[in-house]
Amino acid sequence: MKLNVNGVDYSVEVEPRKTLADTLREDCGLTGTHLGCEHGVCGACTIVMDGSPVRSCLLFAVQCEGAAIETVEGLARGGELHPLQQAFWDHHGLQCGFCTPGFLMLAKGALAENPDLTGDALREVLSSNLCRCTGYQNIVRAVEDAAARMRS
Amino acid sequence: MSLVGTPIRRREDPDLLTGRKRFIADLTAGCGAVAFVRSPMAAARIVGIERPEGSSVFIAEDLIGVGSIEPILHRPDYFRAPQPVLAVDRVTYLGEPIAVVVAATRREAEDLAEAVYVDLDPQEPVVTSAAALADTSRIVHPGAGSNVVVSGVIDTGDVDAISKSAVEHIELELASARQSAAPIETRGAVARVDEESGKTTLYASTQMPHVLRTAICDLLRIPEADLRVIAPAVGGAFGQKMCLPAEYAVLVWLARHLRRSVAWVEDRRENFTSSFHSRDHQYRIRGSFDAEARLLALEGDLVANVGAYSCYPVTWGVEPLMAMSELPGPYDFQSYRVRARGVSTNTCPMSPYRGVSRPVLTLAMERLMDVAAARFGLDPVEIRRRNLISRFPYRSATGIVYDEGSYLASLEKAAEVVDLDSFRRRQAEARKQGRFLGIGFSVFSERTGYGTPAFAPRNMEVTPGYETVEMAMDPSGGVEVRIGASPHGQGLVTTLSQVVADELGLPMESVRVVHGDTDRTPYGWGTFASRSMVVSGGATKMAAVRLREGIVAVAGDMLEAAPEDVVLAGGRALVRGTDRGVDIADLARTAYHQTPKLAPGREPGLRATASYDPAGTFSNACHVAVVEVDIETGGVRLDRFVVVEDAGLLINPLIVDGQIAGGVVQGIANALYEEVVYDEEGNILTTTLFDYLPPTAAEIPPIEIHHLETITEASVTGAKGLGEGGTIGAPAAVINAVSDALEPLGVQVMEMPATPERIRRLIREKTKGTT
Repeated sequence: MKLNVNGVDYSVEVEPRKTLADTLREDCGLTGTHLGCEHGVCGACTIVMDGSPVRSCLLFAVQCEGAAIETVEGLARGGELHPLQQAFWDHHGLQCGFCTPGFLMLAKGALAENPDLTGDALREVLSSNLCRCTGYQNIVRAVEDAAARMRS
Repeated sequence: MSLVGTPIRRREDPDLLTGRKRFIADLTAGCGAVAFVRSPMAAARIVGIERPEGSSVFIAEDLIGVGSIEPILHRPDYFRAPQPVLAVDRVTYLGEPIAVVVAATRREAEDLAEAVYVDLDPQEPVVTSAAALADTSRIVHPGAGSNVVVSGVIDTGDVDAISKSAVEHIELELASARQSAAPIETRGAVARVDEESGKTTLYASTQMPHVLRTAICDLLRIPEADLRVIAPAVGGAFGQKMCLPAEYAVLVWLARHLRRSVAWVEDRRENFTSSFHSRDHQYRIRGSFDAEARLLALEGDLVANVGAYSCYPVTWGVEPLMAMSELPGPYDFQSYRVRARGVSTNTCPMSPYRGVSRPVLTLAMERLMDVAAARFGLDPVEIRRRNLISRFPYRSATGIVYDEGSYLASLEKAAEVVDLDSFRRRQAEARKQGRFLGIGFSVFSERTGYGTPAFAPRNMEVTPGYETVEMAMDPSGGVEVRIGASPHGQGLVTTLSQVVADELGLPMESVRVVHGDTDRTPYGWGTFASRSMVVSGGATKMAAVRLREGIVAVAGDMLEAAPEDVVLAGGRALVRGTDRGVDIADLARTAYHQTPKLAPGREPGLRATASYDPAGTFSNACHVAVVEVDIETGGVRLDRFVVVEDAGLLINPLIVDGQIAGGVVQGIANALYEEVVYDEEGNILTTTLFDYLPPTAAEIPPIEIHHLETITEASVTGAKGLGEGGTIGAPAAVINAVSDALEPLGVQVMEMPATPERIRRLIREKTKGTT
């Protein structure tokens, strides 16, 4: 089957039981998408599919043919960090960094759906994913700052 | 301008933000996939194991010559309980590895593991401390004679006489449930064999690569030179990755036995059932106070459920014995009688988790202060004001010496920030409307930067503490800093670069920090126990000072100046008061390639090594939580969280605040949400993140952080450690706040997590079902 990831077509041969997350990591070589629980809670595997943030551990690869998939590897363009990546860096929105790709893609998808997300509504969206290091303070700050940068 | 003290963005981040950084699961290509067959029972005799024919399944009897995990504590009351890396004859906890399988893919390995049939004859499981201490309990390790596998007593200051002279005695029973550190990245490792040399490299998600190498080589009885351990990016650890996992040793054995590279990445269920747990403490304490509400004497009986086996290297003595020696916390009294016991059960082995026993002992002391305050009609600030230590150095009843701190000042500052009087007015108004607001204070000390002088009294066979740093300037003028610490999110690459760059007058970009590789770094203990900035940072500073001396000597030769007249700044060595100078890059080149131009006898090259082994230093802080409790549901909402922290000199304030906030949230989790639940049979009921509940962004209020900076002489950089403080102080602040909120109902919370279910039960008991 074909998978379109970050605008590139990948030809992969997968078992029907293989998840999108495993396929991205093992067959496309895109290991920036991480796995923390494989049951849809931690959100470390969050990617953007057709503009919306989704858990790649809860999808089979075979469900995703024809979809536009975005992963963390596609965020920076030409060596320039995406505003979300830049804001996470500026605000110390990561420590061990394992959950970070998931948060970046969650925020990217959520801001695509609502560029004005802020305050409690933003915290509610960010509560989709777990971070064990930061206490969320700087993740919230980073996403608010990035949203402002992206609006302007 | 000094880089130290500046909130510099981390050098670690670009690789992590772009997904380039490799974690263990990103290193498995080309490896055989490993899965473990684990015990489905808490306690059973192994009757037989049937493996599918012709498949790669290994059990204990195949592991010829492999020893048992048997960490040693030199105490007469310590029982060793040798742990086989794969179960022999019996299983002692649910999730214990019994067999290991290797297949081409993880999916096939899991299918194969399911095809292994293990015949088990169940035994009566011992799950809780209370059950284990009962006279009739089955003994988990018969050789121990009882389920108490480690214990200690401190009895000092004539407690009987002093407590007789007291006017108030307060007895409390407290408990903290069992937790999992639950890093978002589970454990995992990859063992690769070099075809040519036969040497094995273990890539492992670990906090302690050097100690892991020693442990595995001892178990496998091979020279350390035959094994290299590399910690790649580690996705959180918090203590769960600071002890030896049996699985990592099995992987090395498999790779050597099969001459094949193998990989294992545990799934979340395995992480909950089989990765080290923590906490599970039960305390009884009795405080005796004089008429002025001053604590005179403290008695206690402290029990820690330490699980099925002792963890290497710190042993299962770490929790109870630390609780015994550090229970007094920041309070000034000298009469103390405490017994501490570690109790073995048929539950997952334990490893220290961020804060170790201090979140629970801080809960005990801070609940004691609040209950006493109510008894004496004082507010929570005043009772602490009367009892906190204020003279330094201070020697506690247990003999621990506290360096200079700001215990009182942190309390006063926190009280000012939260404005207790106006909160009380708001609270009174809310109560009239049937709303239950509460405020909770927590003052505590955080012992950090333990060197061997602090660890030695524990009498561990393996006594950690020092750190060594090797530093070299290469011929191009770059500095490589090789450290034995093993950071995994703490930002040490950035902070150590700041220290070195300042000392040598170089930009941070000229400094490379190498860590997490036993073949590239000096022997060290890794990163845990709030130690790295103090100990590894101190060794880095000392090595940088020595390297600077070497650079200045070469500069003196080249510029014909006295070393004391040479200054290093802006990437140049300059002669003070002149326009003479040389670029560091040219200087470095000369030091390697033009040694005949240097003074006779000058050692070629530029390098320095330093070790640092401090006695330790105490950070301190005051936390304040403001909560609202919904008495209908038992739910707690955090409205505000204030931290006044004193961690000495802040090397990088951005990173410091990140450590504090992250720690506080793990403390809030301990107070309100997280609990590993076992049923009576020893089955774990919380094996997913649907059941075990780390907090999300939605539960956590903004955390307000204020700093005090007491500069200590107990740390060469002036920095005190702070990795654990948030987790140590927050639970008590939250539980005190919940109890304050429920004061009109007469409810006192003494057990955490204070889940809605527990809070409702306490309310029902007090109101007899009327609320």
